[in-house]
Amino acid sequence: MLYAGINASGDLFSHLWQTVLPSYISNTLLLGFMVVLLSLFFGVSCASLIVYTNVAANNILRWLLILPLAMPAYLVAYLYTDLFDYAGPVQRALRQWFNWQSPSDYYFFDIRTLLGAAIIIALVLFPYVYMLTRTAFEQQDQNLLRAGRSLGLSKQQSFLKIALPLARPAISVAASLVLMETLADFATVQYFAVNTLTTAIYDTWLGYGELASANALASILMLFILFAVVTEQQANAKKSHQSNSPNSEHTVIQLSLTQQIIASSFCWLLAFAGFILPFGLLIMMALDYSNTEQLFELLPTGMNSIKIALYAATLCTLIALILSLYQRLSDDNWRDIPQKISGFGYAIPGTVLAMAMLATFGPIDHSINYLAALWQFKEPGLVLSGSIFAVIFAFVVRFAAIANGTINSGLGQIPKSLEHASASLGAGLGKTLTQIHLPLLKPSILAAWLLVFVEAMKELPAVLLLRPFNFETLSTQVYQLISDEMLEQGALGAILIVLLGLLPIIWLNKKQETL
Amino acid sequence: MFKKSILLTFIISMLVSVNVNANDEVNVYSYRQPFLVKPLFDLFTQNTGTKVNVIFAKKGMAERLAREGKYSPADVLLTTDISRLIELHERNLLQAFDSSTINDAVPNQYRAQDNTWFALTTRVRNIYSSKRLGNININYEDLADKKYLGRICTRSGKHPYNVALVASMIAEHGEEQTLTWLKKMKANLARKPQGSDRAQVQAIHQNLCDISLGNSYYFGKMLNDDKQKVWAQAVNINFPNQDNRGAHVNISGMALAKYSPNKKNAQALMEFLVSKPAQQLYAETNMEYPVRTDVKPSKLVASWGKFTADKLSLVTVARHRKTALKLIDKALFDI
Repeated sequence: MLYAGINASGDLFSHLWQTVLPSYISNTLLLGFMVVLLSLFFGVSCASLIVYTNVAANNILRWLLILPLAMPAYLVAYLYTDLFDYAGPVQRALRQWFNWQSPSDYYFFDIRTLLGAAIIIALVLFPYVYMLTRTAFEQQDQNLLRAGRSLGLSKQQSFLKIALPLARPAISVAASLVLMETLADFATVQYFAVNTLTTAIYDTWLGYGELASANALASILMLFILFAVVTEQQANAKKSHQSNSPNSEHTVIQLSLTQQIIASSFCWLLAFAGFILPFGLLIMMALDYSNTEQLFELLPTGMNSIKIALYAATLCTLIALILSLYQRLSDDNWRDIPQKISGFGYAIPGTVLAMAMLATFGPIDHSINYLAALWQFKEPGLVLSGSIFAVIFAFVVRFAAIANGTINSGLGQIPKSLEHASASLGAGLGKTLTQIHLPLLKPSILAAWLLVFVEAMKELPAVLLLRPFNFETLSTQVYQLISDEMLEQGALGAILIVLLGLLPIIWLNKKQETL
Repeated sequence: MFKKSILLTFIISMLVSVNVNANDEVNVYSYRQPFLVKPLFDLFTQNTGTKVNVIFAKKGMAERLAREGKYSPADVLLTTDISRLIELHERNLLQAFDSSTINDAVPNQYRAQDNTWFALTTRVRNIYSSKRLGNININYEDLADKKYLGRICTRSGKHPYNVALVASMIAEHGEEQTLTWLKKMKANLARKPQGSDRAQVQAIHQNLCDISLGNSYYFGKMLNDDKQKVWAQAVNINFPNQDNRGAHVNISGMALAKYSPNKKNAQALMEFLVSKPAQQLYAETNMEYPVRTDVKPSKLVASWGKFTADKLSLVTVARHRKTALKLIDKALFDI
């Protein structure tokens, strides 16, 4: 991609720079900033409330707050713009109620703005922050907090000064995932009529037909992210705490009644806005427009979705595991590099990534066919770029960051001294891995697998472009209908996407509790 | 060992689901949603026994085709506007198909002179006006008129349908005047460009604006939809520029892929798509104007009246496309 970017046309750049690019860039920066800030606020406060306080309905909220993750952002965007638009049911009802005639009669916030987009995107992305932070909190060594308290800190102070800073690596991993997902997004911001750098990438490529310039813009986007992530890592570099015998008995902060009400309504509001409301809307649409016959027709499509999500999740987790362990156990000076590189795929917009896949596997396919012809075999055709191999590869590139981040932050919680102890007891590397690392990493591995599975179920642009003939997934099916203003007919498919994503979430959440 | 064999099975099963190259098939890369063309393909399969395989995508189809090169499985390409056809042509991804059946069916204006692409249907870029305004006689140029201040709604200026319209304005008035027109129209907008063509009609229904741009067939589709019927009933459909050059028309079209592996079937499919029964199906189910002059539009579409279409060559429209995009950027139309 970088290589292709070198050939970018200067003319087009100066045109874009003089016209729309400045506003696109400022939109991109603002959007990224707001989404990250909001997700951190939502995610960290929920995680703190759930782990460190006695907030009501704790057990339900625990997993309810993860559910927005299963909602594709483009769907939620569509539902919310539809709901709060001037022509949407909310404003229509208000107008009828108060007998207003035109927009000048009253004030209503405009959902199709940068802020509107930021809020909606944060609503579906904050569970990343929540999940990773919660796991970090739960794995924290409580003795440290106790030590803090014995030194005269209050419960609140010891939380703010000890627990929160300790969770920072996990929080920053989550924040960078959120940032990357936001910047790579195209469909969602389009509903909000917000133009970002991703818009510019598509404009230059599809509108102006200049793939090279589009690649150059995509590279700029990557630089943004590189900068953000590296800054964060620098700040984080020297802070770590590992404990040999973590004490996980939590001291809980007791909330007063008012606090209790505020805290639980905050959590419930998030769960409601991020999941319950949009999912409810989908169900209502499906009840209106669908029947069981359609459900059966969707089954093979659903199987396709599950199939590629399974492959992608398993491969991503395996690769992330290998890379993380390599980084951890190798003495090589360059040991960080492969993992860091593999992390940036998440920031590449799906369609751009799909192009890169075609550029990579196209020539390989051509050589295969050339060789086959040379040896007088039947030419096999496009075995790589024309099959779901390309789709799965694209998914692995895109979602490796999620698996990596999750497993890595889990690995960070395992004290090095355990490795040393294991080695001193005469265990080889293999034994240390199977007896120490893997069992301790189990929750993180499960979480990584789950996150990739859910994301792969939702993914649209890459699968749309790379799929073979007659290969529909739930997301391509729903997209076709949405793009022709028929979400109602697509509601059933959308529900299946969400449900199929939910099942592993709930199952794994149960599993994690018992580990 | 067991794990390895599972892995192997995985990989093989992935590869097996690959290529459709049996004899009685034809492969279509489509910019159109499959459900719009499926009835046509079903009829074709019924008539000939040839199975039609489809991939639908809106972005990057040309890129995929180019990368696949001579191993591409694609036979027939379907697009929703002229600029995509020209792009495929310019990138040398098409081959000519000299068929008297097609040439007899498709008027000269609506096919490539070198027989590389053909229109299947035409669609007008209409101006919808609220019933409050009564019957009006309107030109695209009037959208810049101050009397519509704060009364116009449209989708993104960069949507291919709007870009083609702007390109036709450039052909008529030149760059400078078109830019002024765009800036004035931008100043008249009731809200930032957003949503689809139908959403603009909905906004008129809700009294947010009085005028919108939209393709003709959406009017018919809205009238046939329970929920959207009321939106459509709030507006009149106008054919612009009837006293001068005529309304801007775009096409949906087809082309034969350069390396089509099932060429015979592809040609049969293409000839079928311009046949009378297929064109009738297009007219009835998609509410578009059939490209054949001897097939009538659906009753509903015909009820909107006859109109004069702009005679401007579609190749010229496509040639001004990039300039049009630049002007839309310059006018900060979407911002």
